Amino acid sequence: MNYIGEHLLPGQIGHFFTLLFLVSSLVATIAFFVAGYARISPEEKTGWNRLARLSFAVETISILTMFATLYYIISHHYFEYKYAYNHSDKGLQLEYLLSCFWEGQEGSFMLWAFWHCFLGWIFIARKSSWENGVLGVLNFAQFCLSTMLIGLYFWGNKVGSNPFILLRLDTEAPIFKNPAYLTLLRDGKGLNTLLQNYWMVIHPPVLFLGFASTIMPFALAVAGLLAKSSDWTKTALSWAGFSAAVLGLGVMMGAAWAYESLTFGGYWAWDPVENASMVPWLILIAGLHTNLIYHHTGYSLRATCFFYILAFCLILYSTFLTRSGILGDTSVHAFTDLEMNTQLVLFVLVFFLPALVLFFFRYRSLPAKEKEEDSYSREFWLFIGSLVLFLSGLIIIAQTSVPVFNKIFGTKIAPPEDVEFAYNQVQIFVAIVIGLLTAVTQYLKYKTTTRSYLGKNIWIPTVLALVISLLISWLGDINYTKKGPGFLWAIHVALCAAIYAVIANTAYIWLVLKGKIKAAGASVAHLGFGLMLVGILISSSKKTVLSWNTTGITPLSTDNKKSAAGDPAENITLFKGVRTDMGKYWVTYKTDSIRPTDKKRFFDIAFESKKGDEQFSLYPDVMKQNKGGEGFAANPAARHYWNKDIFVYITSFQDTDQTDTSRFQPKNIRVGDTLFYNSGWMRLDSVSVNPISKQHLYQQGEMALFLNMTVEAKNGGRYPLTPGMAIGGTRWRAIIDTVVAQSLAVSFNRVVDEKKGLLEIGVKQNASVTSLLTLKVYEFPMINLLWLGTILMVIGFFLAVIQRAQKRSSAVS
Amino acid sequence: MNKTSIALLVLIAAAIVVLISYTGDLTTYETIASAKERPGKFVNLIATIDKQQPIEYDPVKNPNYLTFTAKDSLGTSIRVIYRNNKPTDMEKSDRLVLKGKVVDGQFECKDILMKCPSKYKDAPNQTLAPSAS
Repeated sequence: MNYIGEHLLPGQIGHFFTLLFLVSSLVATIAFFVAGYARISPEEKTGWNRLARLSFAVETISILTMFATLYYIISHHYFEYKYAYNHSDKGLQLEYLLSCFWEGQEGSFMLWAFWHCFLGWIFIARKSSWENGVLGVLNFAQFCLSTMLIGLYFWGNKVGSNPFILLRLDTEAPIFKNPAYLTLLRDGKGLNTLLQNYWMVIHPPVLFLGFASTIMPFALAVAGLLAKSSDWTKTALSWAGFSAAVLGLGVMMGAAWAYESLTFGGYWAWDPVENASMVPWLILIAGLHTNLIYHHTGYSLRATCFFYILAFCLILYSTFLTRSGILGDTSVHAFTDLEMNTQLVLFVLVFFLPALVLFFFRYRSLPAKEKEEDSYSREFWLFIGSLVLFLSGLIIIAQTSVPVFNKIFGTKIAPPEDVEFAYNQVQIFVAIVIGLLTAVTQYLKYKTTTRSYLGKNIWIPTVLALVISLLISWLGDINYTKKGPGFLWAIHVALCAAIYAVIANTAYIWLVLKGKIKAAGASVAHLGFGLMLVGILISSSKKTVLSWNTTGITPLSTDNKKSAAGDPAENITLFKGVRTDMGKYWVTYKTDSIRPTDKKRFFDIAFESKKGDEQFSLYPDVMKQNKGGEGFAANPAARHYWNKDIFVYITSFQDTDQTDTSRFQPKNIRVGDTLFYNSGWMRLDSVSVNPISKQHLYQQGEMALFLNMTVEAKNGGRYPLTPGMAIGGTRWRAIIDTVVAQSLAVSFNRVVDEKKGLLEIGVKQNASVTSLLTLKVYEFPMINLLWLGTILMVIGFFLAVIQRAQKRSSAVS
Repeated sequence: MNKTSIALLVLIAAAIVVLISYTGDLTTYETIASAKERPGKFVNLIATIDKQQPIEYDPVKNPNYLTFTAKDSLGTSIRVIYRNNKPTDMEKSDRLVLKGKVVDGQFECKDILMKCPSKYKDAPNQTLAPSAS
């Protein structure tokens, strides 16, 4: 059959370059390994290396072309392609076109592969002696990624998912029997509303750069193990620092996205998807610190290798977790299953098993020191810290992997009753240990530290931190009793440790480094980390619900004040235009409006503080869901203060446009008649034809009749009401009018008897004619410390990386 | 044995203890019938909404009270009480994971996870219907 109107060329170009990507990455892998490890002459090695670089260049061009082609397809709305149909629509705003790439698995694999190329070229440009080994490993990863994109069948098994496949080749549907099916396929399914957020434009690229960059320390370690050499560790330090910075930033951007556009009421929910990207970061940080130990003292090379291998393999494992659909019931935001599970498992094992075998094979030959570390040495405590981070990561990933366990052993274990607390109760102790170590370890020197040096420098920050944290514990009103006194104690101790980390690192910059910021990368990063901990501890333990439903309109009945399930009544109902009492504030739902560009409905919620010193409005919005749902996705809004956020989101609202189930009761009426309704009466004053005041309600060419009515409520309220109808040719439509305050809607149905002037109206009294919404309002104190800490930590990492790079270039010259 | 090894052992032991105690916190998936047999025990139910029965949620009266009937694949049903707002799209989801416990013959639900129809797995005719019509 010849289909009409299809654009086949972009897809052919795309698929050609996908195959070229596959082939060139395989050639590059082999050529780099031959150049690096074969027993051949130096000239031959140069030759192979040249071939390898050439293939790598072809591979890079392929990726870029694939990107450009897919972008072309999406931006031209070629819905004959499955990717464009599934992930975009015509109404999509320009800035979110890129987000379509990472909504699907294929696009995010492409992004990952692109970053690999980017990092590979930087590595080549830095002229390292490890080029062949590292690029060999990297290209092998590229080869694996390319198999995820080919979408070919081998012996009946589907390998990869092709982003350039035509919809009709992937899906069977009757409409494809029509050669002109494209005229019927008017629009795509669109981008998930939750992803239509500016964070979703920036967060995935950064996160995937973080993912991609973990291969550098891994590849260096593997290359080093293969070559039985350990002088890769210096290069690895810079790369691990870079990776830690970018991955950390990516994860925290995800947290910021969750905070700003998701409604699980915070920035972190210990969701498997979040955990899966944080755990590799923890292990990488452990590796970075043991790498530092080795660099300065010669201890911990084995641990460094192990951590770097594990960090990268955990990235692969997280890919498996989020993309295989195995998380199913435990995660709210994993990718849709593309039925590539076997391939994803193989992707993990093909790196993990050989690397592990290599590691154990070389374990004995790795240089290690027999002499024990001194208790007053930096390396000893750095090692303990790394170990704690490693185990903390291991515990988190084990807890997260319950669905995997179920799958393997066929068990039916479900997550604990309180998932977040199951993590928090363990990690709070990790926070205490890591906080203390972050504070103290910098004051220790490598090898050994004299007690006088330590005492001289550390007592000021220690005393200061103790005083400040005691003041906060005393005056800060941290009273998180939900989980018992033990946990409350742990929060206070952890807070003290975190404050100690902040103060000790700040003091270290001034007292020991004499304010030389350039040299203070590590301290700045630690300071940032400490601030993050403080921010997390305070904002979570002091998070308060402002929308406790205690108002007169919807009072709690005594029997459900404390339900058996212990659920709080966090929703408050607001009626349009009615000022409502909400704790510290009076809140009013003033109005709502739909923004034409993205069809978001914004609600104007006015806050007035009861003290009268403050007035502001917040505009949370809801957006119609496009995929498999007719409901709405809520976007929170927040008012930011230096010391807190007021955080609001809509949990439900009643759409007055909606038709509801209760009927209009027909009633006959004449001019001058009075009708009673539940809480008052209404009178028909007059009928007017095409009134100018109502011109906006009817079109030209239509004849409009309006009933001018007056409603008088029992409580004395008086409201005008003008229901009407518009007649155009043989069609007519009703123009309903409402009195919101009286929950009253009236329609003009028909003229019963023209001569007698008898008219029929419909009267409806129902809650749903009233505009109302329910919302939750939280206060997050000190949340800015978390964001500030994140930024400082990333800056600190980069300072350290730059400092190391400068040292290296001055050593080379 | 040196300090590092001791620290290693102690910390690994601690990690193992933590994980073992975690297994104690884990809950199970149950059928409605087996959940009813053990009232008060925190369980997870996989169920669907019984559309024959009313879904009651009236934010005017109480925005924190939702009640509906859930039915599992074995056909047993139970009245569910969820003291929170009605999740958007609840009627649309083809499967619910309900976390909570049975109290007085009713399921006091603490959390609802909704599984919406997968956009890949359902019948392609249906998937294409809205735009093809």
